[in-house]
Amino acid sequence: MPSLGADIETGTLVQWLVKPGDRIKRGDIIAVVETEKGAIEIEVFQNGIVRSFAVQEGDKVPIGTTMALIETDGEAPAATAPKPEAVTPAPPKPPAKPRPAAPAAAASAAMTEPPPAARPHLRISPLAMRVALELGVDPAGVKGTGPGGAITRFDIEAAARAKTEPVAKPPAATPPAASPEPARETSRQVRPTVMSAEKQAAMRRAIAAAMAHSKREIPHYYLGTRIDLSRAMAWLREENLKRTVNERLLYSVLLLKAVGLALHEFPELNGFWIDGAFKPGSGIHIGVAISLRQGGLVAPAIHDVDQKSLSEIMASLRDLVKRVRAGVLRSSEIADATITVTSLGEEGVESVFGVIYPPQVALVGFGKILERPWAQDGMIGVRPIIMASLSGDHRASDGHRGGLFLATLDRLLQEPEKL
Amino acid sequence: MTDDEIKALVLRELSNIAPEIDPARIDPAVNVRDQVDLDSMNVLDLMIAIHEATGVEIPEADYPKILTLNDFASYLRPRLKDRQTG
Repeated sequence: MPSLGADIETGTLVQWLVKPGDRIKRGDIIAVVETEKGAIEIEVFQNGIVRSFAVQEGDKVPIGTTMALIETDGEAPAATAPKPEAVTPAPPKPPAKPRPAAPAAAASAAMTEPPPAARPHLRISPLAMRVALELGVDPAGVKGTGPGGAITRFDIEAAARAKTEPVAKPPAATPPAASPEPARETSRQVRPTVMSAEKQAAMRRAIAAAMAHSKREIPHYYLGTRIDLSRAMAWLREENLKRTVNERLLYSVLLLKAVGLALHEFPELNGFWIDGAFKPGSGIHIGVAISLRQGGLVAPAIHDVDQKSLSEIMASLRDLVKRVRAGVLRSSEIADATITVTSLGEEGVESVFGVIYPPQVALVGFGKILERPWAQDGMIGVRPIIMASLSGDHRASDGHRGGLFLATLDRLLQEPEKL
Repeated sequence: MTDDEIKALVLRELSNIAPEIDPARIDPAVNVRDQVDLDSMNVLDLMIAIHEATGVEIPEADYPKILTLNDFASYLRPRLKDRQTG
């Protein structure tokens, strides 16, 4: 069971999407695990052949438990995914290290799903099962087109459509056209689901544990600055006029890209504090705080934000928001973030000073864009202004560098065409 | 499409985005965003869904004109007619 973020300690294996003897390659999704933060798709990080399972569907196990044995290419069979020490919840594992070999995953039993034992041969994702229940489709009669013949949400919907011809229903959620990771796109996607009270309580506890840990261990410092967004917003308006509705950008995409680029110059803000030392992130993977409709939040990562175009970031963001609200994320998204960005502007607040998500060392916050009088070059005008903040871990960086980071962010946002 | 059909369509897409709402309780004369918790991503998703269902693209500049379900109907109706006759 790989690390699934600072606040997840155990997981329940919902289903294996592969079977012993299957050949798997890096990036394949091999299992689905249920956690306090919803269903998580477990990716594998090496090429090889599945030898055996150490954890059965329905088992609830701590992070670090060996879940399966994978014979990697060119090797004799070897235990992967061990990390038996990982059981202690407090100091969360660095996302980069724990996940290596382990295809293991922990999860808590899916609420809506029958116990796996009851349906031994049925391969169906939790989301697809939920949709099947909603639409009244018996999954046993549906042919799966997913990995290993797994039944996907689209299979269920196709079966439902075959039963009743719907009226003028648009094609359900086309995957984002410019998705940067098309190969890993799966059909487990889309429709927001309503979380059970029990799950909400579990998520609340998980957030409580991570945030209490953060405030206990991390000496936060906080900085804030106002940034004039008039150039960025004018550029965005023009740009969106040229784009179809499917391709339009949200301003938060500009903010994410600017943060990604600014971090190039401030590597000490991008990474993890582990075992008394700073470890830089292997890339700039920005965790985006996404609130759930029923309360709670998760902050899955958009990978390599600095390398992506604005359209690619937008596609990733849309895909991520959809899957967060449908309750299905991938293990790498949960565990990889090297910094978090939170944007509370939608709720109408002017500023946010966030709590760092351990073991990360910084969090960037954005408030609401407000029309404000703004003096520049001896003139006063009305400009769209946003408050950008940095919560920094004083063990890893100092306020001086943090201030320079915010100044760099400001500079980048004054040249939106270069983002 | 009649006004009622347009409103039903918008309500259906809203329910997809915000499954917790009770469509019967949405007042067609009151700002939708005062009745449903929508962020900018939700609004964009709604506009995309409406585009897919009707073929009408609503430019961002027109968003401020379309606040209620009734606004959606009066905005979309003439544009749908244009499409059918044109």
